[in-house]
Amino acid sequence: MRDLLRRNAAVRWSAVVLIALVLIALPFALSQAGTAWVRITNLAILFTLLALGLNIVVGFAGLLDLGYVAFYAVGAYAYALLASPHFGLHLPFWVILPIGAAVAALFGVLLGAPTLKLRGDYLAIVTLGFGEIVRIFLNNLSRPVNITNGPQGISQIDPFSIAGVSFAKTDTVMGAMVSGPMKYYWFLLALLVVVIAINLRLQNSRIGRAWEAVREDETAARAMGIDTTKIKLLAFAMGASFGGVAGGLFAAIQGFISPESFVLVESIMVVAMVVLGGMGNIWGVILGALLLSFVPEILRYTVEPLQKAAFGRMIVEPEVLRMLIFGFALVLVMLFRPAGLLPSAVRRRELAARGEGELAERKA
Amino acid sequence: MKSGKARGDNSAKALVTAEGIGKRFGGVQALTGVSFEIKEGEIYGLIGPNGAGKTTLFNVLTGIYAPDAGTFTFRGRDITGLKTHEIAAAGIARTFQNIRLFANLSALENVMIGRHVRTRAGVLGAVLRDRRTRAEEAAIQARAVELLEYVGIAPRANDAAGSLPYGDQRRLEIARALATDPTLLALDEPAAGMNASETIGLRKLLERVREDGIALLLIEHDMKLVMKVCDRVLVLDYGERIAEGAPSEVQKDAKVIEAYLGTPA
Repeated sequence: MRDLLRRNAAVRWSAVVLIALVLIALPFALSQAGTAWVRITNLAILFTLLALGLNIVVGFAGLLDLGYVAFYAVGAYAYALLASPHFGLHLPFWVILPIGAAVAALFGVLLGAPTLKLRGDYLAIVTLGFGEIVRIFLNNLSRPVNITNGPQGISQIDPFSIAGVSFAKTDTVMGAMVSGPMKYYWFLLALLVVVIAINLRLQNSRIGRAWEAVREDETAARAMGIDTTKIKLLAFAMGASFGGVAGGLFAAIQGFISPESFVLVESIMVVAMVVLGGMGNIWGVILGALLLSFVPEILRYTVEPLQKAAFGRMIVEPEVLRMLIFGFALVLVMLFRPAGLLPSAVRRRELAARGEGELAERKA
Repeated sequence: MKSGKARGDNSAKALVTAEGIGKRFGGVQALTGVSFEIKEGEIYGLIGPNGAGKTTLFNVLTGIYAPDAGTFTFRGRDITGLKTHEIAAAGIARTFQNIRLFANLSALENVMIGRHVRTRAGVLGAVLRDRRTRAEEAAIQARAVELLEYVGIAPRANDAAGSLPYGDQRRLEIARALATDPTLLALDEPAAGMNASETIGLRKLLERVREDGIALLLIEHDMKLVMKVCDRVLVLDYGERIAEGAPSEVQKDAKVIEAYLGTPA
């Protein structure tokens, strides 16, 4: 028995090592198809980070937040203002990212505090408004004192650099070309592993259980001695801080940001990733984020040549098709897998119970 | 932790003292000047016709509503107007008339959540999983299993709370409340919907809880249970106290009979 366990552990570890090696080597393969694919992968990982952050608020604590992109924006602007010629500040990224996380967490509390008594749809509306307020502020904070540079945005944002090695340039290491996006990829991959670990550990902890309790029944949670005010604000702050870090990375990778990047549709995309993948299930959320990030790009690269080959000209723009397929896929998922592609055990139970309840009502 | 106090022991110290509690909802005066005292280690019944204000009294005691008038003293400390979670932390745990379990979580998780208020691990502990957090987590789980065994539903530990039979859900709510290490356990109609044999099982459980030194405040409509298990009973009618005393005395009280059966014609 013990032998088997040991062998199982060995098998599991070799699988982990194998997956790790594949993931580390992935950008070399991707760059064969073009550096663009490494960039696309980086953005996909960024969105996965966002989705995992939002999952804390929506999936764990059950607080529907439609303004999540605001925290992404706050993190991005924190980075841009502290590492660009705009203010002439050039702090290193490892100083700015924690600042961005902290500022975003503060904004999370700012959003959370006045909305503590709201639930469900009402909370969604207020958070949606909050996201828009942040974007409009970014658009208009160029006068009388120019802080955000308004709609023009901030450009020439510093890329990451570690020990003098810039993430914006291509280097040759032992005969292999290592491009800038590849460096970001490895950084993002490492960060993703850390964020997944944090999420998994939070979920199975005293705090994670308190979030679940709040989601299930707030009054009962309070009667069990849970300070729901504190625990909800904590969820908002934690989720926001992840968004802030992702925003900082976005600013560094793009080198340019403007309020245009932080519109409502982005918030909705992140919510869709969480819901499609499976609210509350970390692996489901990751799957949802990767799917919704990659599928549109794959479409972009296949639809045009396919149509040209078939009809000799373009009939449907990839962008149009993207939204069509996206909407259709969401409808299908809601019909056939309402708890998401990889639902959490709890959500599955919830929907099953609701279904039984409705059946019973119909019978009665 | 056995108190070993005899039933109706007058020398027992007061655990809860309520003085002149009043609560109004709009035009309805739900409670008027209600005073009572629960002693350490006793089972104190709260009865009265429907709409008498029993659950309202529960809710003001446990901080769901703030009373408009009066004070609650618990173990010598003024707890009037404290928030619900602070009252739980002070040592009053409760169950709900219309069971409020975390229905989609397992029975075990429900009880583990009850340990929240007596444990400390924060975000940092959860993320780092240092030795103290791991030890605390193990202790939480061990205590939760112990409590499930205590109320007799350990075999259902991993089932969703909402999927348990009704009687077991009542027991689970008691286990979850006990997980907060209360000195006073307030139960809102624990026998509602139970059959006769389940009620006997519940009575044994309540007596066992009392033997372990925890006082009980019990709202109950099952008079047989109230008469058998309670040391003293408070009777409310239209939000006012109309009688208090040993069950056998209260049973004979003219005002109580009138409240339940109406004035003889």
